[in-house]
Amino acid sequence: MTSILHRDPDSRVRILDEDGSLVDGATEPDLEDEQLVEMYRYMKLSRHFDQRAVSLQRQGRMGTYPPLSGQEGAQIASAFALDDEDWLFPSYREHGAALVQGLPLEQTLLYWMGNEEGNAIAEDTNLFTVAVPIASQIPHAVGAAWASKLKDEDKSFIVYFGDGATSEGDFHEGMNFAGVFDTPTVFFCNNNQWAISVPRERQTASKTIAQKATAYGFDGVQVDGMDPLAVYQVTREAVKKTKDPEEDELRPTLIEAVQYRFGAHTTADDPTVYRDEDEVERWKQKDPIPRLETYLLDTGRLTEADVEAITEEVETAVADAIDTAESHERPEPTAMFEHAYETMPEHVRDQLETFETIRETYGDDALLEE
Amino acid sequence: MTQNLTLVQAVSNGLHDKMAEDDDVIVMGEDVGKNGGVFRATEGLYDEYGDERVIDTPLAESGIIGTAIGMAAYGLKPVPEIQFSGFMYPAFDQIVSHAARLRTRSRGKYEVPMVLRAPMGGGIRAPESHSESKEAFYIHEAGLKVVIPSTPHDTKGLLISAIDDPDPVIFLEPKKIYRSFREEVPDGTYEVPLGEAAVRREGTDISVFTWGAMTRPTLEAAEDLEEEIDVEVVDLRTLSPLDTDAIVESFQKTGRAAVVHEAPRTGGLGAEITAIIQEEALLYQEAPVKRITGFDVPYPLYALEDYYLPEPARIAHGIREAVDF
Repeated sequence: MTSILHRDPDSRVRILDEDGSLVDGATEPDLEDEQLVEMYRYMKLSRHFDQRAVSLQRQGRMGTYPPLSGQEGAQIASAFALDDEDWLFPSYREHGAALVQGLPLEQTLLYWMGNEEGNAIAEDTNLFTVAVPIASQIPHAVGAAWASKLKDEDKSFIVYFGDGATSEGDFHEGMNFAGVFDTPTVFFCNNNQWAISVPRERQTASKTIAQKATAYGFDGVQVDGMDPLAVYQVTREAVKKTKDPEEDELRPTLIEAVQYRFGAHTTADDPTVYRDEDEVERWKQKDPIPRLETYLLDTGRLTEADVEAITEEVETAVADAIDTAESHERPEPTAMFEHAYETMPEHVRDQLETFETIRETYGDDALLEE
Repeated sequence: MTQNLTLVQAVSNGLHDKMAEDDDVIVMGEDVGKNGGVFRATEGLYDEYGDERVIDTPLAESGIIGTAIGMAAYGLKPVPEIQFSGFMYPAFDQIVSHAARLRTRSRGKYEVPMVLRAPMGGGIRAPESHSESKEAFYIHEAGLKVVIPSTPHDTKGLLISAIDDPDPVIFLEPKKIYRSFREEVPDGTYEVPLGEAAVRREGTDISVFTWGAMTRPTLEAAEDLEEEIDVEVVDLRTLSPLDTDAIVESFQKTGRAAVVHEAPRTGGLGAEITAIIQEEALLYQEAPVKRITGFDVPYPLYALEDYYLPEPARIAHGIREAVDF
């Protein structure tokens, strides 16, 4: 059978229709009922988390935050397609994907509340750190995948980025290295149509982003990013291919998940200046959450009571995470001196000691802005 | 046993011995494999260790350093080469935003034990963008270490220390002295510790702080002045972290100082050393600290580079001015 990845890059993979029924001729991916419900639960959790996070920012309880609403299907379903040993390299918006990978919600909150401890990733979690400079995480994922291949491991490395990132040199350099060295990397482009105020049409004159893979010698595939079943299917095949490619194919794949970010680029941005409300409404018809919900209800995998129970459960989980994050004390100032180097150099230690003397002399109140 | 090696041979000898000892060490960059590097700094490694450990990469500086960061975070010890330090700028974002910050950002979970090697500095009649000394960029960035050796023996020992160091090291090799002299270099691995300066010449009248290719003309100037001024020459070797104790100690002995560097003056390390002396040893000070440096102009094409680079006469002139204050 020809892989779903072997197709024209502008032929978009879809499994679930916008009304929540299977597209004609499509077969649903090989997922247990419980996994499908779990995906749904994570998507609901991410959506509610996102709404609460934006609200916290508006209330001054959190710093600038990059929302993800609309992208849950792409994030959750792709992260579900990884095997346990695989690695995930996020940009700064993959709160949902990171959650699937084991990063607790309170960590994400802490990070955007300005506390470095939000970056403390549990030892056994195959998750890389948040990368704020655009596209710069792409070569890291390629490098790690390359190292893994050199170590004769059999793991897959997925890296997330937006459509804006495809304009950056690091995107092309990373893709080029991946092709040349045949690294087990899955490039996952969340094409959410806008890079702050610049539309997808201004990022590239290519007809699709997926077609850019052709230039680097491997598969590029476009998928409906708001169709979680299609995203799962495509990502799963890409992951499998990194581990077991056919004789004539390379391990990497570029996935272009076509989707829409309902909210702003970050809470510091006002998309009403450049985006048309009709456009937002049009894309909301494709919302991955009601789409999957309808499908699961129609196929008897969920009941209305289950939906209600999950809704309550995610509200409690987010409320608890907010409580936990907000109950964190301000970090000790010494934390900013730690981890710059494995061993603190003498001149940094001197600066820390001088600073501590000043704190003791004047007290923290004198040093903190009200 | 020892071998009589040039500085660039000491680089390849150090890489060779370290790679023999540690399978995680890999060398990557443009032309580093079959060709052995444009300056032959990686000569012989490809034949010895193969194309999975000595990797010819595409011509892409950000890609080289970005993937090296990923490799380092994943447990290898990559030694990427950028062919000339003047080509490091496309990788600058990867160096400062990621190599320098990954340990901090991950609260110590991920580290970048990478050694970025690049030939630096002028004096070899190279084209534009091949002669800069921009060590100040990297010194300014917390999370990085910066090394510039001046002798073959130090080069090998410092390189081995840099590879063993768990933090990212920017290892800049002064290409003017790649082949200008030889020195006995021990076989096998040995370390010259990072962060320690070396007193190359003892003296009592003035301390002259320098590094890299400027060390030899500075020593020459010191010899030329021997009859009138007793010059102490301190080779800093590691520029970050800086051996502040060695600077202060030498200055307290002599009470006068000059700094010699080929980098432009403004914002250069000479300004930092001057400030350290002011802060740590003001009461020992007999004269203003003299900076003998490159000029605040773009590095000239080679017809004029001899005028740009401090050479013994200019260095001696500066030392005299500092002493005659």
